Amino acid sequence: MKRYLRVIAAVWWKDVRVELRSKDIFTGMAVFAALALLILNFAFELRVPDKRMVVPGVLWVTVAFASVLGLGRAFISEKDRGSLAGLLLAPVDRSAVYFGKMLANLVFILVVELFILPLTVLFFNVSLISLPLLLVILLGTIGLAVVGTIFSALTVNTRAREVLLPILLFPIILPVLVSGIRMTIGLLEGDPLSKLGNWLQLLIIFDILYLAIAFLTFDYVVEE
Amino acid sequence: MALIEIEGLEKAFGRHRVLRGIHLAIEAGSSVVLFGPNGAGKTTLLRILATLSRPTAGHVRVAGVEIRANPEGIRQYLGLVSHAPLLYDDLSAWENLRFYARLYGVERPEARIQELLERVGLWPRRKDLVRTFSRGMVQRLAIARALLHNPPILLLDDPDTGLDPQAAEMMTALLREVGGSARTVLMTTHHLERGLALADRVLILAGGRLVFDADAATVSYNDLRPLYDRYVGGA
Amino acid sequence: MMSHRVLTVLNLAAAAAMVGAIYMALVQAPSAINLTETDRWAQRIIYFHVPSAWLSMLAFFVTFVAAILYLVRPQPRWDILARCSAELGIAFTVGATASGSIWAKPAWNTWWTWDPRLTTYTIVLLLYIAYFMLRGAIEEPERRARFASVYSIFAFVSVPITFMSIRWWNTIHPVILDPNEDFGLGPGMTVAFVFCILAFTVLYVALLANRLRVEYTIERVAALRARLLA
Repeated sequence: MKRYLRVIAAVWWKDVRVELRSKDIFTGMAVFAALALLILNFAFELRVPDKRMVVPGVLWVTVAFASVLGLGRAFISEKDRGSLAGLLLAPVDRSAVYFGKMLANLVFILVVELFILPLTVLFFNVSLISLPLLLVILLGTIGLAVVGTIFSALTVNTRAREVLLPILLFPIILPVLVSGIRMTIGLLEGDPLSKLGNWLQLLIIFDILYLAIAFLTFDYVVEE
Repeated sequence: MALIEIEGLEKAFGRHRVLRGIHLAIEAGSSVVLFGPNGAGKTTLLRILATLSRPTAGHVRVAGVEIRANPEGIRQYLGLVSHAPLLYDDLSAWENLRFYARLYGVERPEARIQELLERVGLWPRRKDLVRTFSRGMVQRLAIARALLHNPPILLLDDPDTGLDPQAAEMMTALLREVGGSARTVLMTTHHLERGLALADRVLILAGGRLVFDADAATVSYNDLRPLYDRYVGGA
Repeated sequence: MMSHRVLTVLNLAAAAAMVGAIYMALVQAPSAINLTETDRWAQRIIYFHVPSAWLSMLAFFVTFVAAILYLVRPQPRWDILARCSAELGIAFTVGATASGSIWAKPAWNTWWTWDPRLTTYTIVLLLYIAYFMLRGAIEEPERRARFASVYSIFAFVSVPITFMSIRWWNTIHPVILDPNEDFGLGPGMTVAFVFCILAFTVLYVALLANRLRVEYTIERVAALRARLLA
């Protein structure tokens, strides 16, 4: 168990370290997110009575699209440099590699969200940031990272992998987006978090359920 | 009992049968070199031993334990040098080894990393990113990485590809040094002379089967060359 | 492998059951009361629509089980079963969505609504299209089978969660059309309805059996060719 946790930490730290050096993933996601926010602003500006009404949707769509961009890189970089085998040689159950990668992706997406949130406040002139919202975003992002990381490993060995990842990912993570948008609407309208209890439950169940399935199936995705 | 026992090992990718029944026993402490044309299945065999690939049929036992039964345990005893260096370009030599030391739970990692970096002659470059290294340096670091947890079994998959003669010479010396101890080494190479010099047993793999197996002391380069050419030509 | 004779019996049974189903649905079943003439005919679509919907779920469930079996014991037949059942699942999903849309026009005066069931079915359709795209993007059969199995497990598990999330969404939004509105079947209707569900199930089994036979034949031909050329 101790070894298992140590491998998770090592893989996570390695990914963060490499990202701090290259900044490939973060820069890509952040610039893409800024572009998405700009474009969505134009998409809604004239047709919607109050731009603030569309903020929840804009926020989650931007997060989801930017995440896919980063999630794809998680295994593509390992695969293309041929370093994936090095991780798989670690003398632990391979799900440890999954958890390390997943936690690294989680941190990357969260950091990008820290950039998206103030930008949304700025562009759409709405006071959005609150503690309950951050909790909702955290739970939703866990769902994205949990499913996205294993699908990233799944698509890396396929043709047209960049196209395939969003096609596989989006229909599965729809409940994350639906409940995330729904709760963001509620919080913006001043509902307390307790009123959104069943949505929170849905999100938590989603995260735990898919984490369990990913834990059980990751080995099949990386072995030859 | 042999350290590595392979019985009736088969591996197919779809209809393409790469390994067609390998029987092989490797004694502890021996150095075995595996020759064979491209596509003969050398890499596949090594990857199965390294638990990276799942056999289609047959048994592989290390120290009497079926590798499928306890792959995590087996991996602790294996070091692999493959075509790809298994290193990260954006990390320094030191950081790469530090990362792998964590994966393997190496005790007193700092001292061990220093010892290995000195042995492969990269200690002065330890803070440089791997992307600035030459091919020969990367390969030496890859060997250091494979030896980090002091594995009793070392698997080397074409460790000398893409190296200039000088770097290859350096690597041969290094391998002789690390293989000289109680370590069991299984390596593949296209370079007959180098392979013969390092090994005490010679195998040829062609068409997914072992077609030649002899004590290296009884085989000279001149005997081996026509044999090898025949299999490469006939493959 | 199923014998030829069993398959013939199954085919005939499916054909007879479907003819029976058409008779039951269009002739035997009594008309719904309290509906206009058009709606009364449109209502009869449930004899086609609900069985299609039920079978698409059964088909995807079979894919899900076959996928788990494949991961536990990687034999090609589980993968073939998973794939063939998923194909039929897509066909029945399209059938259910299309018939639902045709019914919605007279009943709700629109071809399309964001009704939770309809929306979930559309997403299910996309899920399994993605499943086949994944299959198409992997050359090596063994890996293709493994990856597709993993994905179909994720896909099947997601269906109830997606359904729940969309349903809650709609109940909080203004609901124009009550998604819980039921057809309210009379006794004569129930007989026809149950018969149709059974008939469609036989049809599914027959289609699956034929589809598997084709796949096994393809496998055997390929194996024979490989042996001949080797």
